[in-house]
Amino acid sequence: MTWWLAVVFVVLACVFALYLSVTAGRLDRLHRRIDSAQANLSTLLLRRNSAAIELASSGLLDPASSVLILNAAHVARECADDTLADRSFSESALSAALNAALDESHEPDEPGSTGLEHQLITEVVALGTRVQLSRRFLNDAVRACRQVRQQQLVRIFRLAGHTAWPQTMEMDDALPVGLGPR
Amino acid sequence: MMSQPLNGGRALRIGLVCPYSWNSPGGVRSHIEDLALALIQRGHWVNVLAPVESPEQELPDWLTDAGVPVAVPYNGSVAKLRFGIRAMARVRKWIDVNDFDVLHVHEPLAPSVSLLACWVASGPIVATWHSSAERSRVLNASFYIAQTALEKISARIAVSESARRYLVSHVGGDAILIPNGVRVQAIAERARRTSKEPDALAFLGRIDEPRKGLEILLAAMPAVIRSVPDVHLTVVGPGDASAQIARMDTDIGQHVTFAGKLSDDQKIEALARAQVYVAPHTGGESFGIVLAEAMAAGTAVLASDLEAFSVVLQEGRAGQLFPTGDSQALANAIVALLNGPDRVQELAGAGRLRVRDFDWDTVVDQVLAVYEAVTVNGDKVTEDLRGQLVGRWMASR
Repeated sequence: MTWWLAVVFVVLACVFALYLSVTAGRLDRLHRRIDSAQANLSTLLLRRNSAAIELASSGLLDPASSVLILNAAHVARECADDTLADRSFSESALSAALNAALDESHEPDEPGSTGLEHQLITEVVALGTRVQLSRRFLNDAVRACRQVRQQQLVRIFRLAGHTAWPQTMEMDDALPVGLGPR
Repeated sequence: MMSQPLNGGRALRIGLVCPYSWNSPGGVRSHIEDLALALIQRGHWVNVLAPVESPEQELPDWLTDAGVPVAVPYNGSVAKLRFGIRAMARVRKWIDVNDFDVLHVHEPLAPSVSLLACWVASGPIVATWHSSAERSRVLNASFYIAQTALEKISARIAVSESARRYLVSHVGGDAILIPNGVRVQAIAERARRTSKEPDALAFLGRIDEPRKGLEILLAAMPAVIRSVPDVHLTVVGPGDASAQIARMDTDIGQHVTFAGKLSDDQKIEALARAQVYVAPHTGGESFGIVLAEAMAAGTAVLASDLEAFSVVLQEGRAGQLFPTGDSQALANAIVALLNGPDRVQELAGAGRLRVRDFDWDTVVDQVLAVYEAVTVNGDKVTEDLRGQLVGRWMASR
């Protein structure tokens, strides 16, 4: 009889080991997805930063708007090497500066005719759209990863190793009113 | 506004995966074909992987044959799917050979090449959900398999609000909403060369698929004929019409033509000839691309008040709605429209305006923004070799 029990025990142990290995594989995949999503978002934020500086230096905007944008862009640039979570504040400030400069909706008396269809502005808005998308994709990946990492077995067996608890990126990435996608 | 390619925006190598047979017409298949052509037009390199029923047929050079599909019951109807170890080997080879920047899988949970592609690839993967089937057995029975594939998807797109809600409640996570595209210009052009016929109605969809609602429309016909003696209904779509014909009284039969399966152009002409396009669907539609096609063709739309339809028709402003499954209400609505040409004109005009929101140009801009958001760092689509012993062995033979 003990012979039987031993077989059952070994089979169960194998199934359990397989489960742990598959789950570790899943976690690894999710972490890699988060890494590449973070890298994409970081690149897009930098590109948006460059596009904002280019726009502010082009003479297309009034001097006050230019100073606002340049200022915010330079602050964000200085934080570029920090973790994404630490850049949230400076990047949100850049969004706010861009929105304040490009949003015409608070001046309803003089609609249009501000040359807002210019290529440089289109570029800033297009990059803003991609930042929005990229941030959503990152946060989706983080949520999926957290779900797995919260499982009891994953915590007991430390399947996530030394990887830091994944962080979502929270920032103001709203687009200028009237310029965003529908 | 999302449009214009970014400065330095590069041409992408894009792989699209279609789970259903390339030979059977359907919303997903035509979505993929239109998307592929629109992307090629923008200067990107595109290859579509789809099951093909007759291997000897001439295929466009942007299409790769994934093998012969098998008809199996899936999600309440019969679908032609392609699966198995050989299929897996083909998908693997396709991914290996083509060096894609982004893989765009449609209906990633359909047990066909879509699921296989998610399974064997890693890197930037985008997935689009089309259907909003009420429940899926795949998700209950073998959710684990599906989940593993799903966790690799970097960006999710839903074509309709109902498809998005299905995703949120059954799969978890969120999705970007990008509605279906219609080639508005091309359809309008063809429609302009077709003249309207008085008292003509059109129906499109498989005859033997109950969810398309042909029965409901035929049940409404006697009442319509009593009020509008010259009414004529054209039924366009594949399927065996003999059962329907046998069941119909001969005096109704005189008012109904079964046109069978038509080419895309003939389909547009049939829509354009009609005064009213009737969509009596009872469910299972997540978008109803035909509604948008009818609007582009300048034909007034009368549709059941499914949620997806009332969104497309803006709660009845861009087309008329009737209670789903109610033949009597349908008959009344048809009679009112055929006797009220002003209302038909008004609806057709509103539809032409509304359909611009679904133009392919708008859609492709949004899809490209998603591609760029996941590929901006230049990651490539590669084979995922983890735990794939059988597939690797097949591929190596």
